[in-house]
Amino acid sequence: MDILITGILLGGTYALIAMGLNLQYGVARIMNLANGEMLVAGAFAAFWTYTAGQVSPILAILFVAPLAFLVNWIIYRIILMPLIKRAKNQGQLEVDSILATFGMGFAFVGIMVATFGAEYFSYDYLGDGILIIGSTFALNRIIAFAAAVIICGLLYLWLYWSRPGTAVRAVAVNPQAAGLVGINVLRVSALAFALGGSLTAVGGSLISTFLTLDASIGVLFTMKALIIVIMGGVGDVRGVIVAALILGLAETAVATLIDPGLTLAAAYLIFILVLLFRPQGLFGKPTS
Amino acid sequence: MTSRETRTLVIAVILFGLAALLPFSGNGYYISIGVTIAMYVVLSTSWALFSGPTHYISLATAAFYGLGTMIVATGIEMVPYVVLLLISAVAGAVMAALVGLATLRLSGVYFVIFTLGLAEMIRQLVSWLQNNLGGSRGLYVLTDLTEEHIYWELLALAGFVFLIGWWIGRSRLGFAMRIIGNDETVAAHCGINTARSKILLFMVSGMVAALVGALLAPRWTYIEPNIAFSPLLSFEVVIMALLGGTKRLWGPLVGVIPFTILLEVIEANYPSQTILVLGIAFLLIVYLVPHGVVGRLEQSFAKFRKGGN
Amino acid sequence: MASGKTVLSVRGVTKQFGGLTAVDHVDFDVHEHEVVGIIGPNGSGKTTMMNLISGALKLTAGQITLQGSRISGLSAQDINRRGVSRTFQLVKMLPTLTVIENVMAGAVFGHKRRWGYEAEDFAHQMLNKVGIDSLANAPVSSLTYIDQKRLELARCLASEPEILLLDEWLAGLNPTELTTGIELIKTLRSEGRTVILVEHVMDAIRSLCDNCVVMNTGQKIAQGSPAKVLSDPEVIRAYLGDDDA
Repeated sequence: MDILITGILLGGTYALIAMGLNLQYGVARIMNLANGEMLVAGAFAAFWTYTAGQVSPILAILFVAPLAFLVNWIIYRIILMPLIKRAKNQGQLEVDSILATFGMGFAFVGIMVATFGAEYFSYDYLGDGILIIGSTFALNRIIAFAAAVIICGLLYLWLYWSRPGTAVRAVAVNPQAAGLVGINVLRVSALAFALGGSLTAVGGSLISTFLTLDASIGVLFTMKALIIVIMGGVGDVRGVIVAALILGLAETAVATLIDPGLTLAAAYLIFILVLLFRPQGLFGKPTS
Repeated sequence: MTSRETRTLVIAVILFGLAALLPFSGNGYYISIGVTIAMYVVLSTSWALFSGPTHYISLATAAFYGLGTMIVATGIEMVPYVVLLLISAVAGAVMAALVGLATLRLSGVYFVIFTLGLAEMIRQLVSWLQNNLGGSRGLYVLTDLTEEHIYWELLALAGFVFLIGWWIGRSRLGFAMRIIGNDETVAAHCGINTARSKILLFMVSGMVAALVGALLAPRWTYIEPNIAFSPLLSFEVVIMALLGGTKRLWGPLVGVIPFTILLEVIEANYPSQTILVLGIAFLLIVYLVPHGVVGRLEQSFAKFRKGGN
Repeated sequence: MASGKTVLSVRGVTKQFGGLTAVDHVDFDVHEHEVVGIIGPNGSGKTTMMNLISGALKLTAGQITLQGSRISGLSAQDINRRGVSRTFQLVKMLPTLTVIENVMAGAVFGHKRRWGYEAEDFAHQMLNKVGIDSLANAPVSSLTYIDQKRLELARCLASEPEILLLDEWLAGLNPTELTTGIELIKTLRSEGRTVILVEHVMDAIRSLCDNCVVMNTGQKIAQGSPAKVLSDPEVIRAYLGDDDA
C-alpha cells in the first residue's frame, strides 16, 4: 500500500516532466536531451528563492513558469531555428537536435558547477508527514502531486478545448497538413517547445521540495522522461500519464523491495519490455 | 590493389611505425598522453565504423568500456589476462547484439535513448551485484604490464581496427551500410537485411570498446564501478569522432589528437570545467563543422579545385 | 500469352488502415511473361496493392504467393530476395552513391546475387539496357527526371527479378520522354519479363498490357484485356461518374 501511494505521488510529478518533453518532441519535433537540465534549473530556482527569500516553492512556480517559457522560446528561435532550416529530413534534424541539446545541457551543467559548485542542494519545506490510510506520507510530496495534477488537467483542457491547443494537436499529428490549413507551424512549434520547457521547469520546482538534487543529475531525469514518452506514445497525453504512473510505481517498488540503487535498472526493464512488445506506445496502434 | 591504396598503406605503416617508437622517448608524461590518445583513437574510430554510415549516435561506449574493465578486474586473480581479454571482447559483442536486437529494428531515436543511460544502468547493476554477492566494491588489478605495454597493445588494436574498417569498406557489409545510410526503404527493397547489417556492425564496435576497457584495466590498479563506467567517456568519444569527421576511416584520428590534448590541459588547470568544454564542443560541431574538420577541408578543397579550373 | 504458368497469385487480399478498407478481397493471377496493368481512379487502392506485394505494407487478410510459395507476411527484404523488385511512385535513389553504384545495389543484394567485377559488369549491362550507361560515373544529382526513372529501373533489373513492379513509372514524363519510356517497357516485355504496372497513362496501358485489373474503392471491378475492360460500363462509371455511363 505504501508503495502504491508513494509510487503514484512520484508518478504524478514525472507525468508533468514527461508532458513537457512530449510537447517538445511530439509537436516541435525536437529531441531535447537538455530537458533534465531545464528541470534542474527549475529546481534550483525554487531552492534559491526559498533559501534566500523564504518564498514558498508553490509561489516560486508563478515566476518559474513564465521565465522558463521565455527562455525556451528564445532557445527555439535562436539556437534551434538554424538547425530546422538546415535539415533536409527529419532524421538529420533529430541527429542535429540531439547534439545541440546535449551541448546546451553540458554547458548548463558546466556553468552551474562553476558558479554554485557541484554540491547537492536541498531544503526543508513542509516535510511533516500526514496520515493516509494508516501510513504517513510527507506533505510536500502530496502538494507536489496535487500541483502536478492541476497543471496536467489545465494542459489537457487547453489542448482539447481551445483554438491554440487544437492547432498544437494538429501540428503533432501532421505538420505539413497543419500548414496547409493555415496554421503557422513554426509559431505553434515554438509555442509548444516553450510550453514544454516551462512544464518541465515547474516539474523541477515541485520535485525539489522532496528530492535532493545536484547540478549534474539532469540527464537521469531526461532518461526517465524519454522512457515515459516512448512508453506512453509520442504525442499521446493519456498514454504519458499512465506511463508516468507505471514508472513511478515500478521505481518505488524496486527501491523499497530490492535496493534504492537500482531505480534506473527498473526503468530500463520497463523500457526493454516496451521496445519488445509495444514500441508504438501503450495506446498506439501498430503501424507497418 | 590500386596504386593509390598501396600509397595509403605505405604511409599508414610508416606513421604506425613512428607512433610505435614513442615509448623509447623515455618521457613518462608523453607516454601517458600517448596511452590516452591511443585509447581515444581506437574508441572513436570504432564508434565511427558504426555511427558514421548509420547516423545513429551511440552513447554506449562507456558501457562497453566499463564492461571490459570490470571483467578484467573481477577475473584477474583467477584467469590468465589473455583469456580475460577474449572474454571481454565476446561479452562486448554479445551486449551489442542484445542492445541492437532490442533497438536497431526500430528507429534511431530509440537506439540513442537506450544507449544514453546504458552505462549508468550497468553500473547500478554491477554495484548491486558486488554488494549482494559479498564482494567488496573496489578491486585490485595487479599485473606486470607497464604504460609502455598498454600503449603498444592499444596501438596494435588501433591497427586492427583500421584493417577491419578498411576491409568492411570493401565488403558487402560496407556497401550495404552505405545504402542503408542513404535510404533505408530502398535498402530493404534491394534485398538488404537492414537490421542484421546494423547489428553486425554495432557488434564490431562494441567488441572493440570492451577490449579497450580490458586493455586499460591494468593502468588503474584499483577499480570500482564508478571509475570503470565513467559517464563522460561516451560523450568525449562522440565529440572526437564528429570533430574529425566520420566519412573517412582516418577522420576521427584528426579530432582525437587535438581534443585529447585540450582535455589534458583543461583537466590540469580547470578541473571542474571539463563538462563546460564538452558542451561548447558539441555546439561548435553542430553549428560550424557538421561534417567534421576532414569533411570541411574536403569541401573547401573541392571548391578550390573547381575554382581553379 | 496468359497460358504460361502462374508466377504471382493474389487471393482475398485485404488491407485496412484503422476503419478504412483500402484493399478489399482482391484476387488475381499473374502468369509468366505477362504484363499486367493495375488501373483505377485515384484512391482506388492500386499503390496500396503494390505495397502489399512488395512487402512495404503487411496485409490484414488474404495471401500472396510467388511461384507457389507464400510471400505475404515476409519482410520487404525477403520478398525482394525471392524475386520481387519494384520502383517507387516518387523516385527513390541513393544520392551519395554514383549511378553505377546505385545499380550495383540491386545486383549485389537482390534476387540473383553478384559481387565484385561481376556485379559491376552486370550493372553496366543494365544501364546500357535502359540507355544511360554513358552516365555510369556521374553523381545521381546530375540526372534528369527521366534518367532518374531509368536508373531506378536499372537497379530493379540488376537483381534479375522474377517479377517487376512498376509504380506509375511513366508519370510525370513529358510527351517525348513518354515515348521513350513506353518503348523501354516494350523491350522488357519482348524479353519475356513478367511485369505488374500501376499506370494512369491510357496509351501505355493499351499498348503494353496483356491483362488489366481494374480497381475502384479497394475492390476489383473488372479484369481482362485492355480493350475489353476499358469498354466495360462499370469501369467507365468508376472513372467518370454515373452521369456519363
